[in-house]
Amino acid sequence: MAETWQEIVFSIIALVMALAGVRVVTTRNVVHAALYLVATLMGAAALYIMLFAEFVAWVQVLVYVGAIVVLMLFGLMLTRAPIGTGDFDNDQRLIAALVAAALFGVTSWIMVHAFAGQNVEFAREVGTTSRDIGREVFTKYVLPFEVVSVLLLAALVGAIVIARRDLGIQGTPEETS
Amino acid sequence: MPISYFLVLSSLLFAFGVYGVLARANAVMVLLSIELMLNAVNINLVAFSAFFTADGVGGQVFALFVIAVAAAEVGIGLAIVILLFRNRQTVDVDDMSYMKW
Repeated sequence: MAETWQEIVFSIIALVMALAGVRVVTTRNVVHAALYLVATLMGAAALYIMLFAEFVAWVQVLVYVGAIVVLMLFGLMLTRAPIGTGDFDNDQRLIAALVAAALFGVTSWIMVHAFAGQNVEFAREVGTTSRDIGREVFTKYVLPFEVVSVLLLAALVGAIVIARRDLGIQGTPEETS
Repeated sequence: MPISYFLVLSSLLFAFGVYGVLARANAVMVLLSIELMLNAVNINLVAFSAFFTADGVGGQVFALFVIAVAAAEVGIGLAIVILLFRNRQTVDVDDMSYMKW
C-alpha cells in the first residue's frame, strides 16, 4: 500500500517536472522560463525528500530556487534584453530535437535494461540526517570541500572583475555612460 | 518502486536541457537549460546513493558539490552575459561568433 502511494506521488511530481521542463526550453518569454525552472527545481527537491535526502532537498530550495533563479532574474533585468515575447530559438531546432530525443532514448533504454532484472529497494528506511552529511563532508570529503570553497571565492572575485564597469586599462577609468 | 523511474525522469530532464542548449539563441536561456541538466545529474546521484549504498551519504555529498559548482557557474556565466550585452547590445549566442574559426 505504501508502495502504491509512493508511485502515485512520484507520478504527480514527475508529471509536473516534465511539463515545467518542456516549458523551460520552449516558452517564448525568458522570465516565464525562469519561473518554470523554479517549478522543476521544486519538483527535484520533492524527489530528494522522497529519497530520504532532506538536507539536499533544503539546500536545493535555498541555493537553486532562492539564489540561482533570483540571480538569473537579476541578470535579465541588468541586460535589459528583449524579455517579452520573441523568437529565442535559432535555426537548429529540428536537429536539436532529434539529438535530444536520441539521447533520451539511448540513456533511458540503457538504464531500464541495466536495472530490469533486479528489484532494488530503498537501502534505508530512515532519512540521512544533516549530522551524517556534515561528518562525511568534514572527514572523507574534506579536500573536495576546500577546493569547492576556493572555487566559489574565485568565482566571486571573477564575476566582480568581469562585470564591473570602471576597470579600464592602466587605471584609466572608462567613461561611465 | 524501481530505481528506473528516477533514472528515466532524470534522462528526460537531461534531454530537455540538451535541446535547450542546442536550440536556444538567448544566452540566459542557455544557462537555464544547463541548470536543467545539472539537476538531472543530481537526481541520478541522490537516487543511486539512496538505492545502492548503506547510508546514502556519498551521493548526497556529491549532489551538494554539484550544486555549489552550479552556483559558481551561473555567477560567472551571468557576468559574461552582462559584459557581452554591455559591449555588443545583444545576448544572442549566434551573434557571438567573432572568435570562431
